[in-house]
Amino acid sequence: MGLKLFGIGHAAMDGDKDMAELKGIYILWYRELLRLRRDRPRLIASLGTPILYLIVFGFGLSRLMGTLAPGLNFTQFLFPGLLGMTVLMAALMSGMSVVWEREMGFLKEVLVAPLSRRAMVFGKAFGGATLAMLQGLILLVLAPLLGISLSLTSLLWLLPFLLLIAFALSSLGVLIASRTYTMEGFQVVLNLVLLPLIFLSGIFFPLTGLPGWLDVIVKINPITYGVEAIRHLILGPVVPSVAWFGRPVTLIEDTLVIVALAVIVTGLAIWSLSRQE
Amino acid sequence: MPPIIEAEHLVKKFDTITAVKDVSFQVGRGEIFGFLGPNGAGKTTTINILCTLIRPTSGQASVCGYDVVKEQNRVRRCIALVFQEPSLDERMTALDNLKFHAYVYNLPQKLARERIEEVLRMVELWERRDSLVRTFSGGMKRRLELARGLLHHPQVLFLDEPTLGLDPQTRVRMWEYIHQLRREKEITVFLTTHYMDEAENADCIAIIDNGIIVALDTPEALKSKVSGDLIYLETEKDEAVVEELATKFGIQALKDGNGLRFEVPQGNAFIPQLVSHLSIPIRSLSLRRPTLEDVFIKLTGKELREEELSGAEALRDWARRYGRRQRHG
Ligand SMILES: Nc1ncnc2c1ncn2[C@@H]1O[C@H](COP(=O)(O)OP(=O)(O)OP(=O)(O)O)[C@@H](O)[C@H]1O
Ligand SMILES: [Mg+2]
Repeated sequence: MGLKLFGIGHAAMDGDKDMAELKGIYILWYRELLRLRRDRPRLIASLGTPILYLIVFGFGLSRLMGTLAPGLNFTQFLFPGLLGMTVLMAALMSGMSVVWEREMGFLKEVLVAPLSRRAMVFGKAFGGATLAMLQGLILLVLAPLLGISLSLTSLLWLLPFLLLIAFALSSLGVLIASRTYTMEGFQVVLNLVLLPLIFLSGIFFPLTGLPGWLDVIVKINPITYGVEAIRHLILGPVVPSVAWFGRPVTLIEDTLVIVALAVIVTGLAIWSLSRQE
Repeated sequence: MPPIIEAEHLVKKFDTITAVKDVSFQVGRGEIFGFLGPNGAGKTTTINILCTLIRPTSGQASVCGYDVVKEQNRVRRCIALVFQEPSLDERMTALDNLKFHAYVYNLPQKLARERIEEVLRMVELWERRDSLVRTFSGGMKRRLELARGLLHHPQVLFLDEPTLGLDPQTRVRMWEYIHQLRREKEITVFLTTHYMDEAENADCIAIIDNGIIVALDTPEALKSKVSGDLIYLETEKDEAVVEELATKFGIQALKDGNGLRFEVPQGNAFIPQLVSHLSIPIRSLSLRRPTLEDVFIKLTGKELREEELSGAEALRDWARRYGRRQRHG
């Protein structure tokens, strides 16, 4: 009787395939949260980092800069970028946890389990995205302290958008991790490829009047559109957006870029994890 | 009834070496199948192929009737694997590790709770269930891995050196539990081990060396391959004795530890002759029936790990032998 309960590929089981897939995603997602609960230092670190950023970059630096536009000081300009950066970095860390699981050996337990590679990537990416969102929310709660008021409608757009970009970057982390066998290797990719992309996405400076080569990099960097959309949603259209062929990019187009990024990296991550030696 | 595991001409090449070269075998439902071989023989590689973790370079295999390359998820649903190497999440508690496993293998909640308690009690970790795995000793981690592998009562259970580093009591309890599962659920067990007494549990044994199966039979049939009895001899001058044995009796003796070893059809009849005809004084002499270990040595030319040695003892033993070889060499 025991054996029937977990179905050995009977026809009945196939009907429940989607259910099993969802369950798989759920358990992997849940595990990420469970681990956070058990791991106090990580919890504290993940809550503390965004606040630290804000104090250092915002309050510290803003006194050196004047107002950038009417009613916009540097801290306010920086805030959406920092929010984006916090969410992006936290999301990428889910890739780090995959590498760690491989080193620890636990990844084998997951790979040999009846979980599709798709469920694995989605579970991990949602897990990473959830943790990243948690950090993002803490920053959002602090927004009023900086004189940024968020309307309910902008939040209604902002939160799903943050989730989308967190998911995309978590998937990207998993994709990199699927081909990285050491923590050091992951750090290298992070520092040499991802950090520059994050820094060149308009977090720290407005994207107008850049030298030609930098302008090109900024425009092909998908993260630019994420940061830009976040800033737009929080501050309104106070800062000019990047232009495509002389025309400013719209919010919809920003979103489409991030959706495309999410689809591509998630697809690649699933493909990469399914490829076996 | 069709075999539950079937491997046909499996080959696995890594960059520079071929770990598995043309391996074929079948395992019937409810059997215990033992895979013996020296380090690096290709045991784990074969298990990894059967468990869908790596693809064979060529050849085919099926488990529970499903192809291990084309129907991976179906294969995964009907197997469990206790890895040779650590595979626990050390940052979670023992209980959470097992809960994760139960959930992933779709055990109904009530059953999962009962099973988790059952297996944790079997390996005597029930009291420590809420401790982080990181705080466990090596043997305790191993016991937890074992408990996890037995949690969902698969059709085929793969055990890659399951009792490595376990104390004797736990080994005995593990085997009792496995035999019980086999009686009640017809679970098939695919086992690799270096412990000869454990291999005796198997219905069928394959001896693998350098990626090739060199023997495949029941333990009894394998033992009968070593003809007759084994004599172990320690003398004052081994080299001279080897020569004398060859010229006077036509026997090929092998050096083994401190002495010499050879087979004769009728041990008790041979010993008096030996004693009276040998010109070199004998220090000690012993006679015994062949064991699987002897079969193994005969077929692979290598020794398996000694039976009851713990890790530390094995290391000491190795150091002692190595030291001796250096002094003598
Ligand atoms: N991922 C890999 N890449 C390259 N070579 C590998 C890989 N995995 C195993 N090998 C090689 O394949 C051979 C067989 O290894 P395997 O792990 O199957 O041995 P084993 O029989 O399990 O040995 P042990 O008793 O030590 O566990 C070894 O020479 C090993 O170095
Ligand atoms: Mg091995």
